[in-house]
Amino acid sequence: MPITKADVEKIAELARLELTPQEADSFTEQLGSILSHIEKLNEIDTTDVAPMSHCTVGSDDADYARRDDKIRPSLGQKLAVENAPDPEAGFFRVPKVIGG
Amino acid sequence: MELSRLTINTVHNRLASGELKAVDLCGAALARIERLAGLNAFITVTADRALDRAKQLDRAIEAGEPLPPLAGVILAVKDNMVIHGVRTTAGSRILFNYRPPYTATAVERLEAAGAIIVGKTNLDEFAMGSSTENSAYGVVKNPWDTTRVPGGSSGGSAVAVASGMAMAALGSDTGGSIRQPASLCGVVGLKPTYGRVSRYGLIAFGSSLDQIGPFANSVEDIAKILNVMAGRDPNDSTSSNVDVGDFEAGLGASVRGLRVGVPGEYYGEGLDAEVRASVEAAVKKLEELGARIIDVSLPLTEYAIPVYYLIATAEASSNLARYDGVRYGFRAEETPTLKEMYSRTREQGFGAEVKRRIMLGTYALSAGYYDAYYGKAQKVRSLIERDFRTAFTECDVIATPTSPTPAFKLGEKTDNPLEMYLSDIYTITANLAGVPGICLPCGLSSSGLPIGIQLLGRHFDEAVLLRAAHQLEQAIGFSATPKGL
Repeated sequence: MPITKADVEKIAELARLELTPQEADSFTEQLGSILSHIEKLNEIDTTDVAPMSHCTVGSDDADYARRDDKIRPSLGQKLAVENAPDPEAGFFRVPKVIGG
Repeated sequence: MELSRLTINTVHNRLASGELKAVDLCGAALARIERLAGLNAFITVTADRALDRAKQLDRAIEAGEPLPPLAGVILAVKDNMVIHGVRTTAGSRILFNYRPPYTATAVERLEAAGAIIVGKTNLDEFAMGSSTENSAYGVVKNPWDTTRVPGGSSGGSAVAVASGMAMAALGSDTGGSIRQPASLCGVVGLKPTYGRVSRYGLIAFGSSLDQIGPFANSVEDIAKILNVMAGRDPNDSTSSNVDVGDFEAGLGASVRGLRVGVPGEYYGEGLDAEVRASVEAAVKKLEELGARIIDVSLPLTEYAIPVYYLIATAEASSNLARYDGVRYGFRAEETPTLKEMYSRTREQGFGAEVKRRIMLGTYALSAGYYDAYYGKAQKVRSLIERDFRTAFTECDVIATPTSPTPAFKLGEKTDNPLEMYLSDIYTITANLAGVPGICLPCGLSSSGLPIGIQLLGRHFDEAVLLRAAHQLEQAIGFSATPKGL
């Protein structure tokens, strides 16, 4: 299924990317070419095949992946906001969400 | 002092005997980094921090303390692994000023074992690329021919080791990002089994594929580094509890009787004739060492790239949603609403390849397309993994080329993303199946560019993989280094 510029604009909206008109054009062409390569997958019969979401990383018993639910120190408010572009009194400040 | 010829063992012995000071070794590395700045291998050089650590190590040695296993090892770290207080950019404008409040587990373990980190290396933005041309901090050049790419995405790490700016380096490998640049730069690079090394503190790209691994000048050094950083980490639930053991101990054993699988699918159309000849000659050497060469089949190889570029981009689109201008990094100015702030920040903060992959991944996960793309890719991934399990009932390791060609020219593939993706064809399958893979140099092309052979092993069977690689390395005796630097 060929991808249209309208599709690209919709995906950009979903992905919160404000594309320039040039990017919208070039992505339409490039994504179209990548997707047509991907269509190749339809050659394979995957009836009754289970999807693989991750690799097995250890013993079959997955219990090792859990740790005790104990309280331990976290980053703390000061460090947590230290890298923020616009911190204010220990909070993240953002543009207005409601009204205005 | 020529770092590219120094092994971990040599440095260890010289430090122990007192004929070498860590601070002098570190100084030599920093001087070389400065002299070779034109290669653009580093985004951040941590000179003061490195010299402080070297002095501390010298004092400990003078005080008669036992040397830790990686004492004085000059290490470079790909700039997508966090180090407390050291700027970490992931090669992206969106993290131009990020100073992490914690340190990646792999890095922490290596530093605790005495390694000295001289800096953070350049990479394709968020590790997305095969040439290290996608960095917001400029392209990296191949030391063997500075008009060519070093491979990617861990290009800076490969170059740092290849050009003697560091004795070893850390990279990350989601679809070949350690092995392919190792091949193009003539060094050894290992992608361990998925789960072998903790990813805590690795900036996420494709979480079901990402794995941290080392670059070094020899398989022995790779084994020493893996010994230190492998193993369960409570901070990464995907890190494995499988026994680590000692990867160095068995390196000297013979490969007599080892079954080496050669999959025809990796030697077909698109493979450069010189690369093929060099890799086949290396396989022949394994046979001369007593290994049995067996034809195996990995029939779904040609479907690996489409599977990868759906799964990796879907995971990336989700992982990169966190870069929204709120908690860290770059924020676009003068955006009246929150939504505009998000989308303009991401528009200005991300480069073209990252946007392209976010777009593709978002599409693959969006309503109406999920089953046709992402779901289908996950099913084919199951079949690819099954192919590997079947092949590994017939053989113990698999030998293939690492990259279809030696290093290509800077700019050669930047206008054609699909062609760039196809350069990962031999490395991507190991990430999809989760198996370990190592690349080591096996020769030079007629134009003097390194060629690498890839060996793949069973899940968590790095011991056998490294033994085969070490024995082959000794038989090949590759000793060339880049000239004219």
